[in-house]
Amino acid sequence: MASTPPPTRLLGGRIPYIEGPLKVTGRAEYTDDIQRPGMLVGRLLRSPWPHARLRSIDTAAAAATPGVFAVLTGDEYPIPFGVLPITHDETALAVGKSRYIGDLVAAVAATDERTAELALGRIRVDAEPLPEYSDPRMGVGRVAEPIHARGLNGSNIQKEVVQHFGDVDAAFARAAASTRVRGTFAGVTHAFTEPMATIAEATPDGRLTVWSATQVPHYLHRSLSEVLGLPMHRIRVIKPEVGGGFGGKSDPLPHEIVCAALAIKTGRPVKILFDREDVFLTNHGRHPTQNEVRIALDRDGHILAYDIEALIDGGAWSSFGTVTTYYNGVLAMGPYRVPNFRYKGRRVYTTKPPSGAMRAHGGTNIRYSVEVALDQLAEATGVDPFELRARNALPANSTTVNEFRITSTSFVKCLEAARAASGWTEKFRRLPYGRGVGLGCGFYISGSNSPIHFTPVMPQSTVHLKVDMDGGIAVHSMQADIGQGSNTLLAAIVAEVLGVDLARVHVQRVDSDVSPIDLGSYSSRVTFMMGNAARAAAEELRAKIVAGAAELLGCRPDELSVAHERIERTAAPAEGVAFDDALHKAMERVGALTASGAYQTRPVGGSFKGARAGTAPAYSFAAYVAELSVDVETGEIHVAKIWAAFDCGRPLNRLAVEGQIEGSIHMGLGQVLGETMSYRGARLFNPSLLEYKIPMPQQMPEVEILLVGDDDPEGPFGAKEAGEGPLIATLPAIGNALYDAIGVRFYELPITPDRVLRGIDQRRAEGRPFKGA
Amino acid sequence: MPPRGPLRFTLNGQPAEVPSEDARILLDLLREDLGLTGTKRGCDLGTCGCCTVLLDGRPTLSCLTLARLCEGRDVRTIEGVTPAQGLSPVQQAFVDHGATQCGFCTPGFVVTATALLRDRPHPSRDEIVRAISGNLCRCTGYLKIVEAIEAAAHGRS
Repeated sequence: MASTPPPTRLLGGRIPYIEGPLKVTGRAEYTDDIQRPGMLVGRLLRSPWPHARLRSIDTAAAAATPGVFAVLTGDEYPIPFGVLPITHDETALAVGKSRYIGDLVAAVAATDERTAELALGRIRVDAEPLPEYSDPRMGVGRVAEPIHARGLNGSNIQKEVVQHFGDVDAAFARAAASTRVRGTFAGVTHAFTEPMATIAEATPDGRLTVWSATQVPHYLHRSLSEVLGLPMHRIRVIKPEVGGGFGGKSDPLPHEIVCAALAIKTGRPVKILFDREDVFLTNHGRHPTQNEVRIALDRDGHILAYDIEALIDGGAWSSFGTVTTYYNGVLAMGPYRVPNFRYKGRRVYTTKPPSGAMRAHGGTNIRYSVEVALDQLAEATGVDPFELRARNALPANSTTVNEFRITSTSFVKCLEAARAASGWTEKFRRLPYGRGVGLGCGFYISGSNSPIHFTPVMPQSTVHLKVDMDGGIAVHSMQADIGQGSNTLLAAIVAEVLGVDLARVHVQRVDSDVSPIDLGSYSSRVTFMMGNAARAAAEELRAKIVAGAAELLGCRPDELSVAHERIERTAAPAEGVAFDDALHKAMERVGALTASGAYQTRPVGGSFKGARAGTAPAYSFAAYVAELSVDVETGEIHVAKIWAAFDCGRPLNRLAVEGQIEGSIHMGLGQVLGETMSYRGARLFNPSLLEYKIPMPQQMPEVEILLVGDDDPEGPFGAKEAGEGPLIATLPAIGNALYDAIGVRFYELPITPDRVLRGIDQRRAEGRPFKGA
Repeated sequence: MPPRGPLRFTLNGQPAEVPSEDARILLDLLREDLGLTGTKRGCDLGTCGCCTVLLDGRPTLSCLTLARLCEGRDVRTIEGVTPAQGLSPVQQAFVDHGATQCGFCTPGFVVTATALLRDRPHPSRDEIVRAISGNLCRCTGYLKIVEAIEAAAHGRS
């Protein structure tokens, strides 16, 4: 067997995205760019009530409107669905009750937009308003009208997690130092640029084709099958280019099912295109959260215990919420060794747009509180923040108290790199008043070890390859490129293993008819899982082609190596054959060559209830330093620079890793400085990009990226995730830098100028000058 | 109001004559009526810049522009700033520097950058940042976009 060449030819370099030329010319095809003959426009009627019983829906006038082909209500497709099989609490359209302002109540398919809107206006809904629950605290006990029947003991609690490892009370009793942080976090949302869009077409051959802007075509496929009552093999799901997701397109969404139902009902293609308000109302963004973190240290500055509580505002549906509830506890531990750990987390339904998975899902808000608490402890005990963290770093090849398996970690190297590059020693507590530096660290899963659907036991990723006479290699996989560059990585891994030019490798559009299942783009799983599957597939294909070369050269395959577009004798590289010649020899009698590779996690973690949550085949680590200044007259924060030391194992495409880190910092910066899903009661008040402000180019700091990871033993070519973990450390690095600048701790995000000024005023009023000011 | 005649304007360098209602929005005319789908619809409210086109050479939000206002004027879309073969220097720089991720905002940025470099062949970093401040990107943090425009301006790729 020929050996894989060292990953130096393509992998590890800067590989421009393969679809770049299509994207810069406007030629990349997104869902809304697709036209089908005779296509109708689908429109949705949204609930104006936060919570209401739907007594009746009169659709007669709407249905009679000329140009209307179908009107749909919830009773026609009442089967519940949801992304997690254990919490199916959504329906395509409201059945019996609507649960937030924006919940889908009815749908219309018509010849054009105006007709559809006219018809929506003619639908009469007789509704009885029910109590509004806009705050999770209103729903923790028994309530008059639970939002869902499945709420815990007549409350609105969707999920409660209680975990205790070791003895936390005893640890606090013998602690040399301890601290507490109570954090409050506004909800934030993904704000991807492409609004959701879906096209569905039912054809006379009994099949249904659905094009949709989704991160997880497979979950959409399953949900369509369950709700529509069609076997999966009669449904074909196609994922065109997707204009960003960040978690917001990872749930199967009700409008996707409605669109399919309208297509079935009308026999015509139907498109549903969201406007920006639809996108905001669909939300599934980061949960508004209140948390409390207590951390105890021993005399040597070792962490003795964490004691954590989280109250999480779920909105109207479960979505990924059960996972969120676990993550808010268990993802707080790494990158540190925590011998005693207690967590109580509750996710509570409210009558607001659902929250769900957003980049660095479950690991972001709690991380802010933990890292601010550690900063407080460093100050209280007179230890440098870097030193405190280094002392507590999780060692490689260890097990956490809740039985996470830790393999590779370069966390200490991250700390060393960030400290040196940022000039920390000269700056920390030494910059003039109003300027400061802060350290924040992070830790995130590189894929979820347990797939959401447990049976049958299937690989999390499968990749198929086909090569014919032309020598082009077609790659099929249901991995979903949503802009992060996974198509490019897939092509590069195949090209690397086969020794061929990237231009030979053609990654095919995701199409459930031909793409083998991969669980899609979420939980930072793609590089690790698809990468391993792609490598396995390419190695199988390489073996076939090398066998052809061996026949031509009259030697054994194990005497050969793959070189650039060529296969040659390892001992005598001058003796070799061109890739195409070897390929054609290998194709004799069998025709086109095919190969398949798969990746499945090995079992890790404990056996207690909830033990699987947060287990991963590997973890990323981060240490960020932020340097900023505060305008003490206006309260405005200017983040000048972030040094981002990150352990993603071996970076396979540096261009993409940098892109993920820079984009993550942008998103983290937005959550610290101003992004807020702003509610008055249960009504979302800012459902537009004018009022929900993501950072502008002027606000982006300079970013210096320090990739210091060692190879991961199980990652493809040593790689781990870089898509979500890079967000996490941004927030506490800025929060702790603010303290270094003005001596004020901020426990509520976002940290808006008014809050900054209030903090400065309060500290002055208390007569506690800081850095002489 | 009696219907007016067809709308006459220059589209990507060619004379165009299309029927258009008075209330037709330029973005809808381009995407729905003319099939020029390179111009993207991100918000319909002038907040994101995805729909940017050049109107008489100036970056303009097509979602806030009535098609009728283009009568007799010059409209250039992403398709019109793309050479028949290959890529423009700005486009090539966007590819080389990884300035696209999801790509949905990219045509708007490319159109904006094309106008900037026509007027200011060697812009400063601040001028670049100011020029693109009407375009939102959620993927890149803008850094590689600024880098790409700088590289295009300096003839590097």
